[in-house]
Amino acid sequence: MSIEFIIAIISAIVLVATPILLAGLGELVVEKSGVLNLGVEGMMLIGAVTGFAVTSLSGNPYLGVLAAACTGAAASMIFGFLTLTLSANQVATGLALTIFGGGFSALAGKAFLGKTVPAFTQLFPTGLATDPIWKVIFGYSPIVYFSLAMCVATAWFLKRSRAGLILRAVGENDLSAHSIGYSVIGVRYAAVAFGGAMAGIAGSMFSLVLTPIWAEGLTAGRGWIALALVVFAAWKPYRLLVGAYIFGAVMTLEVHAKAAGGLFSALPSELWAALPYLATLIVLVIISMRRGSRSGAPACLGKPFIPTA
Amino acid sequence: MTMPTRRTILKGGLALAALPALPGLAFGQEKLKVGFAYLAVPGDYGWTYAHDVGANDLAAALGDKVEVTKVENVGEAGPNVERVLRELAQQGHKLIFATTFGHMEACVKVSAEFPDVIFEHCTGYMTGPNLGTYNARFYEGRAVIGTIAGHMSKKGVAGYIASFPIPEVVMGMNAFLIAARKVNPNFVLKAAYLSTWFDPAKEGAQAQAFIDQGCDFITQHTDSPAPVELCERLGIPCFGQASDMSAFGPEQCLTSIVDNWGPHYIKTAQAVLDGTWKPGQPWESLADGGVIITPYNKNVPAEVAAAADVVKNGQIDGSFHIFTGPLKDRDGAEFVAAGVTPDDGFLLGMQTYVEGVEVIG
Repeated sequence: MSIEFIIAIISAIVLVATPILLAGLGELVVEKSGVLNLGVEGMMLIGAVTGFAVTSLSGNPYLGVLAAACTGAAASMIFGFLTLTLSANQVATGLALTIFGGGFSALAGKAFLGKTVPAFTQLFPTGLATDPIWKVIFGYSPIVYFSLAMCVATAWFLKRSRAGLILRAVGENDLSAHSIGYSVIGVRYAAVAFGGAMAGIAGSMFSLVLTPIWAEGLTAGRGWIALALVVFAAWKPYRLLVGAYIFGAVMTLEVHAKAAGGLFSALPSELWAALPYLATLIVLVIISMRRGSRSGAPACLGKPFIPTA
Repeated sequence: MTMPTRRTILKGGLALAALPALPGLAFGQEKLKVGFAYLAVPGDYGWTYAHDVGANDLAAALGDKVEVTKVENVGEAGPNVERVLRELAQQGHKLIFATTFGHMEACVKVSAEFPDVIFEHCTGYMTGPNLGTYNARFYEGRAVIGTIAGHMSKKGVAGYIASFPIPEVVMGMNAFLIAARKVNPNFVLKAAYLSTWFDPAKEGAQAQAFIDQGCDFITQHTDSPAPVELCERLGIPCFGQASDMSAFGPEQCLTSIVDNWGPHYIKTAQAVLDGTWKPGQPWESLADGGVIITPYNKNVPAEVAAAADVVKNGQIDGSFHIFTGPLKDRDGAEFVAAGVTPDDGFLLGMQTYVEGVEVIG
């Protein structure tokens, strides 16, 4: 196995893992504040189509990502208004957001079918970014570095910052947080907006980096994988990182095993297709079991907050 | 504990997300109501897009005489398929097109429940008094692109991104490889089943894996243009599937095999209107325009284009059939004898890979 081949595999893993990591981090913060937003897939699709449209019109992929974050957040505000202000059922509203996102993105994307967009320029000097060896560290799209930075930032924010402590308090015991004067609804709005923005950026990763095209349903269910990973990562950012990269690794193994045939033919292709999901779940369940049985679910997850006084 | 409920909710969410919105009923019209059950969405730019073009051709050609309803995202299989077909029938659609192989069993079942509704199932093989099938000989197109790859591939290794191990797909792989081997006897086709018709990111990842492992040609039997777009960036020649994908690969997409369903939809609806419809199993081809090879890319050398045209025209005038024996399976055993051209029934049940196809079944 040549070094170039190993680098190609690592690059492939990073590309698969990044959007799941981004969307998962957003949802993790949302859930830590006690809100369950099942609309991740919808917000990703909205982000994907806006990112593509804005990049196609402006020629600047950074503007596209920014627009994707904004529209993802805007879409999440619909969810926020219904569930936080009007106390609607979070599960139903989240599903509605997913369906809405699918339909809206299809409609908005009609004009962009068959178009292509300019790629990101390299973040690092060309010598490093295109070097056959060093590109394994320096050759990715800026969104990849952003996702890793956001993972560190999210972990620090939740664990070490005062604002993160307040957010967790709101998610664990909304009444107590309310009674000592924190705005439960305000904190949750902020968390939901963050989740929407991250999902939007995750979606734009599909339409700008992975497959720079627009097709309806482009994200093909990755939002649901991000949602499930948050649960299996026990609401911990670094475990989410591990989960997303395991998923990426096994999916890359899957496509390479299928391309190589030979020894890999021992498993039927349907099993190979299921393997990324199985392997990720098994690993995360094992990690969670070893460190005690607490699932880590925020106590107020999914419960509407209706202040009585 | 929130976890178990949450997981149930997730599962329910997946099912719900698959629910398409059925349009409301229209009342008391003399028009023929024609229903389409789509595998995915027209915006896939592939399989469903091609059917949608056909459905629009039908609406345009017959105008006031028909009313067309399209149900998107019906899926390849599962209880949703039956439900959608039944609802279309209950809403008064007298002609229903089910547009993917996996709809077959649901078609058989629901067509028995509604004897006065005509069902047509795309790419299947089961029929009934009110159930016909229709298909197109995509393998003819694959023979043409296999010829091009055989001439132009330096390494003689192509990657084939496939969906499910069904005869339709096996036939395509075999046709491609047989054609390529007629030019280069050592040609190898690496194929991979993705267990999906549409997942752009995965189709792209599979194309990347093939290229990383040394394939210098990519062809696909999945529906998104993602592999073509990737090949354009990497400078690897490829072929479009189901619709003209040249926009995604102006340099590298050498030609596309286009599914042209419009003529069949118009013909069928007209037959139903005239009361002359009978269950049939038409298999459209290059000759009758059901399959179209788009003009070759400028990067196809003239002599290669000429060789491809020989294969194309031979299939149109009937002088050439890609599956004429001798054909050997992967163990070297002959499964079509020399000089024998298998009948359509044999082709529609094809589950054997020819020598030179490397695939995990």
